[in-house]
Amino acid sequence: MTTTQLTRAEAAPPRTVARAGRTVRHRQDHPAWFLVPALAVLLVFFFVPTIYNFVYAFTNWSSFHAAISFVGIDNFKDLFTNGSLLKDLRITLVYAVLVAIFQNLFGLVLALVLERDTMINRFARVAFFVPVVMSALAVGYIFQALLKPQGGLNEILGFFLRHDVEVAWLGSTTWTIVVVALIHAWKWMGLSMLIYLAGLKTISEDVLEASRLDGAGWWTTFREIRFPLLAPAITFNVATALLGSMNGFDIVQATTGGGPGGTTELLNIFIFRTFGQGLFAQATTMSLALFAMVAILAFPVIRILRKREAVL
Amino acid sequence: MRYVQPVVAIALVVLLLGVPFWLVVVTAGKSQSEALNPNLSTPSHWHLWDNFSTVFQEGHMTPAFFGSLLIMIPAVAGVLVLGAMASWVLARRKSRTIAFVYALAISGLVLPPAVVTIVLLLRQLGLAGTALGMIGVYMGMYMSTVIFFVTGFVRTIPLELEEAARVDGASPPRVFFRIILPLLGPTISTATILICLYIWNDVFYALFVIGGRIDTLPLNLYQVASAGLYLNNWHLIFAYIILMSLPLLVTFGLLQRRIISGVTSGAVK
Repeated sequence: MTTTQLTRAEAAPPRTVARAGRTVRHRQDHPAWFLVPALAVLLVFFFVPTIYNFVYAFTNWSSFHAAISFVGIDNFKDLFTNGSLLKDLRITLVYAVLVAIFQNLFGLVLALVLERDTMINRFARVAFFVPVVMSALAVGYIFQALLKPQGGLNEILGFFLRHDVEVAWLGSTTWTIVVVALIHAWKWMGLSMLIYLAGLKTISEDVLEASRLDGAGWWTTFREIRFPLLAPAITFNVATALLGSMNGFDIVQATTGGGPGGTTELLNIFIFRTFGQGLFAQATTMSLALFAMVAILAFPVIRILRKREAVL
Repeated sequence: MRYVQPVVAIALVVLLLGVPFWLVVVTAGKSQSEALNPNLSTPSHWHLWDNFSTVFQEGHMTPAFFGSLLIMIPAVAGVLVLGAMASWVLARRKSRTIAFVYALAISGLVLPPAVVTIVLLLRQLGLAGTALGMIGVYMGMYMSTVIFFVTGFVRTIPLELEEAARVDGASPPRVFFRIILPLLGPTISTATILICLYIWNDVFYALFVIGGRIDTLPLNLYQVASAGLYLNNWHLIFAYIILMSLPLLVTFGLLQRRIISGVTSGAVK
């Protein structure tokens, strides 16, 4: 998107008088004031708060001080020395990577299973989209109940294993982050599935026919032809899954609230909690950390995925 | 393979979707003592309607439903109209400045909103805790999405269509609202669906901006659940979840074909 924009922009300077006249008329035809309302909304409600982030992270803004004054990098120092800055950044990153993997894996498997256009498959596709439509908070509460030590999942496992199972799925300081990532992936897998289905449909029948004539089986055709041709769908799915989970809050808040022992405390959960305690500057500092992490990670990731598409 | 595939498909639906949704329905039908430990057994007596009417009252569902609508409709309409206007000019005019403005305008696709300082800004503007403030925040958050989708689409509309109207003496606003906007239908409906979903289900930003001031469905679920978890009122939490999901599920059921094709059309080129 940006590259075409740039090449077009470079071609723009008018070379002849006739071109210049055309450009002027062009400008009147598409007046700049059409941009003003949208840019004003963006400026006030998006850019100004973002700029504030870079200011108030260096102050003592809180509900305990009447006046706001600058304190330098004290907030960063505090959050760094008590360990929460690096810990929450790490947890958020782990969560995002796990969600991206699970959501794409589930979405792709569902798309491959439900690929043929039968009645059952059409029904199943619609059914798997229901969690996407639901509130993430509601999904979180459902799974909190399902994953209790005496909850539904253990009931089912107990039935098949023929002895009582009482695993506290949300009680492990090591594995609960994986479980909440699985729940996040469960909620959004229907969207990934639809994108993959659309991607599979764009692959031309001729190519598949040719590979079949060459004697390639299902797996070879998938690995050598269909999977590489899904690159645009993978780009979209991985990018949206990463971005969505780095900004995650609802599901984790509703299942663990950041526990056990703070091992699932995403940045947004920390921000919400400290904001509630009136420690506004600390919350702002963490918000800036999230901004920095997304800015540093997202652009290279998107570029790498795009480049992979271009090679193919 | 012919016979295995339908079995696998049905098994996946039952295990991955059937189990969680079954849990919701049976628990919402139980009495408090039976629902203390939510499990998959059916209730000995169904209390579904009692629980519905309890949460309907205690969860303030009527004001919450209209609160959600009051915020979602203006935010979505506003962001679409303003975003489409900007996209038209961004797609048609070519200069370095426009390229820069476009890059800036779509940066919100990736960058997270500064949720804490938004509250401070709204206080300074006198909009803290108001519906107007919340609408503004959502518009700021989703403007980039609209501009990204619509600009790409406007580029595919032939310039000749506008030229013809201009020769007849149509002014730019007339060209935009009469020629361009009606052609944007497919993209606008995709963007509408996505943004409606996000705003209707959002609780994170709402907690910061209007938490405790205005009722919305997810905010009230958060309150019902925060109080309910403490008292182990799982029957009420799940009754609330069913009632709250109904409007969305009905809309989705009616429009599923358009929603599904709309969502996928934007993603894969």
